[in-house]
Amino acid sequence: MAIILDHVSHAYEKGTAMQVMALDDISFIIPDGQFIGLIGHTGSGKSTLVQHLNGLLAPTSGNIYCDGKDIHDEDYPKKELRSRVGLVFQYPEHQLFEVDVFKDVCFGPKNLGLPPKEVELRAYEALKLVGIEDEYFYQSPFDLSGGQKRRVAIAGVLAMKPQVLILDEPTAGLDPKGRDEILQQIASLKKKTGMTVILVSHSMEDVAEYVERLIVMNHGRVLFDDTPGAVFAHYEELEKIGLAAPQVTYIMHELNKAGFAVRTDVTTIDEARDEILRLVRA
Amino acid sequence: MRYYVLCGRDDSFCRDENMIREITLGQYYQADSVIHRMDPRTKIVGTLVFIVSLFLVKNMVGYAVAAVFLASVILISKVPFKYMVKGMKAIVLLLLITILFNMFLTPGETLVSVWKLRITKEGVRQAVFMALRLSFLIIGSSLMTLTTTPNNLTDGLEKLLKPLRLFRVPVHEIAMIMSIALRFIPILLDETDKIMKAQLARGADFESGNLIKKAKSMVPILVPLFISAFRRANDLAMAMEARCYRGGEHRTKMKPLSYRRQDLAAYLTLAVFVTVIVFTRRVVLPFSF
Repeated sequence: MAIILDHVSHAYEKGTAMQVMALDDISFIIPDGQFIGLIGHTGSGKSTLVQHLNGLLAPTSGNIYCDGKDIHDEDYPKKELRSRVGLVFQYPEHQLFEVDVFKDVCFGPKNLGLPPKEVELRAYEALKLVGIEDEYFYQSPFDLSGGQKRRVAIAGVLAMKPQVLILDEPTAGLDPKGRDEILQQIASLKKKTGMTVILVSHSMEDVAEYVERLIVMNHGRVLFDDTPGAVFAHYEELEKIGLAAPQVTYIMHELNKAGFAVRTDVTTIDEARDEILRLVRA
Repeated sequence: MRYYVLCGRDDSFCRDENMIREITLGQYYQADSVIHRMDPRTKIVGTLVFIVSLFLVKNMVGYAVAAVFLASVILISKVPFKYMVKGMKAIVLLLLITILFNMFLTPGETLVSVWKLRITKEGVRQAVFMALRLSFLIIGSSLMTLTTTPNNLTDGLEKLLKPLRLFRVPVHEIAMIMSIALRFIPILLDETDKIMKAQLARGADFESGNLIKKAKSMVPILVPLFISAFRRANDLAMAMEARCYRGGEHRTKMKPLSYRRQDLAAYLTLAVFVTVIVFTRRVVLPFSF
């Protein structure tokens, strides 16, 4: 299901002296099955933006269409929208509340009014998708490690079987190992289910490896919207807004300046290695 | 994260119109006026004296004096009048009940009678007086909270209550608890908002159903909220201990409270006001209101 944002703006504290334009005239289309990275500095409006995609926030002006219907029409089924556009908030482990892991994951599908059997099947499937072993199913979610809690919380959203999965800073506060685990899991999830995934982050390094499209936000506006390679070509502008391209981009640019004819649009270390090897062998 | 230190004006910490935006706590109105700069002790004592003097008033002249006094303080404070009215909204019902009861249930000379109910002359008088007294009381005290930050207020209270330490009342600790509690309100509101949204994203429904169902639907909000409150309290306790906090003994302040010229002026004005109020009790009006 494609989501269309049409000149969406959102102002906090509208009409007061403290009015802040969190989103400023944003338009783009999210087609089916894309893996999108949404990048921006703290306060650039990315969290506000994703809350618009499932109707938690309403734009102060502009419209959002889902499958050709305006999601803020009176009769639009909001609950169904939220089940189709799954949003995993920042620090999602803070929303866990049930007595055991399994019940907590059941919360989402149960709210959709599904029969109990279906609810449990979905919860089981979701927990398996995020790699939680059976032995943890009946433990209190509060006894798990940080990384496990987060995966359970993500399962809680996955259990609703969304067609679009949005993850707001899913790696915040995790150690490098936990971070890689989560990101790899998301990537394999994407491969398995083919759903649209939007990964929100402030770290280029995090998303560069996985996504096929990168949207860079600054001060509530879309600055770049292109493939990672094309976006990183603007690495000097990215630095100006407090973001940085992945380190390989810099290395390749330096190499290029030093007279080696390497491609500069590579985004991952593996690609860079291949590119350098190609040059060496040639 | 944007923390508005102790509830800035309005409710800036709840960012979404349709969620918990209506909750207004701590109503400090930022402005630069003599009243704002005044020592919080002066304002607390002043408010108390004003409230007590309201109960000394016996006739319309007294209320007129009080009204003029209140109006001039509001003018000096630079707080728009509509913020006073905001405070009044909370007591509209109380005010109405007071007026009705006084009007109908005061014995005396009958003015109008409807069925078994009689409105008496004394009743009307009593009702008007009560309504005025209540409104002045609320406006007076909201003026204090509008011009003093909650932090300052607890500071002032701590210093005013210091003599109670002689009776082993842990004044500093109580003030500390108060300011921490106040400090946590915006944080927890922010947290509530986030949790609510997270559960809404999982299809939670807080609106439909009967009372029991609604109460039940609060569980997914309250459990995480309590957990986070305890977690934050733990962190705070740890941080305080790491900095060797050990209560009020020999503790100094970064900004110690001190009386200045404006406070002296305020106390003098207050004394004059009370004298005038006491004097108005003796004024006999040519008509019986």
